[in-house]
Amino acid sequence: MLLEINDLHVYYKSYWYILKVLNGVWLRVDKGERVGIIGESGSGKTTLLKSILKILPQNGIIPRGEIRYDGKNILKLGDNELTKIRRKEIGIIFQDPMAALNPVFTIREQLYDIIKHKMMIEGHNPSSRELHEQAVKILNDVRLPDPERVLESYPFQLSGGMRQRVMIAMALISAEKLLLADEPTTNLDVTIQDQILKLIHKLVIEKNLSTILVSHALGMVYQMTDRVFVLYAGDIMEEAGTNELFNHPKHPYTQLLISSTPRLSSVGVGEGIKGKIPDYRNPPPGCRFAPRCPYVMDKCINMKPGKIQVNKDHVVSCHLYD
Amino acid sequence: MSGTTTSEVKFSELEKKIKRENWRRIWFRFKKSKLSVIGLSMILILLFMAVFAEYIAPYPSHAGLYIAFKNAYKPPSLEHILGTDMYGRDVFSRIIFGFRYAFMMIGLVLSIVVPTGVILGLIAGYYRGTFIETVIVRLSDIFISLPPLVLALSIASILEPNIFNSMLAVSLMWWPWYVKLTYSMTVSLRNEPFILAAESQGASTLHILFRELLPNELGTILTKVTLDAGWVILIGAAISFVGLGAQPPTPDLGTMVSEYSKYLPEYWWMSLGPAAGIVLIILAFNLLGDGIRDVFAGE
Repeated sequence: MLLEINDLHVYYKSYWYILKVLNGVWLRVDKGERVGIIGESGSGKTTLLKSILKILPQNGIIPRGEIRYDGKNILKLGDNELTKIRRKEIGIIFQDPMAALNPVFTIREQLYDIIKHKMMIEGHNPSSRELHEQAVKILNDVRLPDPERVLESYPFQLSGGMRQRVMIAMALISAEKLLLADEPTTNLDVTIQDQILKLIHKLVIEKNLSTILVSHALGMVYQMTDRVFVLYAGDIMEEAGTNELFNHPKHPYTQLLISSTPRLSSVGVGEGIKGKIPDYRNPPPGCRFAPRCPYVMDKCINMKPGKIQVNKDHVVSCHLYD
Repeated sequence: MSGTTTSEVKFSELEKKIKRENWRRIWFRFKKSKLSVIGLSMILILLFMAVFAEYIAPYPSHAGLYIAFKNAYKPPSLEHILGTDMYGRDVFSRIIFGFRYAFMMIGLVLSIVVPTGVILGLIAGYYRGTFIETVIVRLSDIFISLPPLVLALSIASILEPNIFNSMLAVSLMWWPWYVKLTYSMTVSLRNEPFILAAESQGASTLHILFRELLPNELGTILTKVTLDAGWVILIGAAISFVGLGAQPPTPDLGTMVSEYSKYLPEYWWMSLGPAAGIVLIILAFNLLGDGIRDVFAGE
């Protein structure tokens, strides 16, 4: 087991109130496994990824829970060990490639910094020629044409797709074991999206990385992952193998989510799910999906459902299956 | 073996070429406005005069204690371009030495104020919401809440009146403005995704402060520095004018204006010269500041 998250709570503190965003999330990623997280906007997917690297905003607190990475609890690690993990073992691709590169440095300067610090962690101080070779190699890996020119460019001189490739390159440098991808194609057009996804897919298989892919695009998650977690309002609703989940969804939320995906073959648009994500200041005390659930029962309102194993490799958190 | 050496040579040549291109781009943006080129050349000329004052001034000995009453109160002539003062000293020579004190003032004050203010501002912005932020920001608020000139004058009046203490007084009133400027920029940049990205790559706090945040803020800070240079002179001159700065016979421009203003309006050339000198320096720095802003605005 490479990564195991148990009962993770993340709150955001503001002056007047506390937002209880993650409410006892669990997650597990095996070595070499590709895991997907799906759920609508605002359900805490990005917060979950950020807490794995402990890069929550300053007002984010983790009152309870553990994140075991390689047997160590990340939340209790010292700064040095954490830095080592960030530089060498876990890499993250951010949602917005337009903003995730420092505007005043060339790609060369930014790549060099990352490569250099990673090598220094390994106890090796690279020469500028080594840095150059490494940088060109990594840009070739992400299939960027003319890496020499890209290296001399400032971020604003590159197109969205190219910037996202640079971001992937940067993430790959520091991802030797685990790659986190936070909606890596949100801001790109469809053809580029497809290319980027294929690229990530290929690189992940080449390097035998474990991945966590967060996305709204269910089709992409279906193609690229082995197992899927459904996150809604800070609770894991369902966990299953990808095929099992998409073909036999058990939780009402998953069923509705899948049925609201627009399809080319159907007439009109799907029904969607009525209502919206609950207010995190004062979330529902029982199942967080209860206010929107078509099958809501009395006990859903006040009692949070536990993990129910419906069959091998399929866990659902819903009172319907008690 | 020879193959690797040639590629190394090529590589270092490439780096040099990039640097050259960057400077060329900066100069291209700067020279787009003629006024900023004028400002830069004015400053270079004034600086040259200040450094080589002994060789440029027609009467270098007139800068300090020198008395020749038979030459006193002479209006501008070929011999004395800006006339002579009540002791018979050449006003033009004294102004050239005055530039030297002016540049000293700018250099010293800004080299105390800018690093202090910028570093404190970066730290306060980065540790937003903590005790550190409160201490730094409230302390600078206290300094800002007093009128700057009054603060500088009161500090100068506590200390012994000389040119170094007046520089100290100006520095003490000036640093909070750099804290405020850097702090506000840091706070807004702090939550940019590229800072988060750096953190996720395991960047240290020092790296984030000085390699990620500071370079993004440098343009604004540099522009403020050049525009402030003129103001430093002005405040320094004001302190000298009320007699709390450099003391006669030091050829400080402000001191000279104050000394000679007693002889207005009959002997107008005496105070007009040093006053024009002050205007010249302030104007030059303001023009330069506009040019620097243009350079950074392009990015």
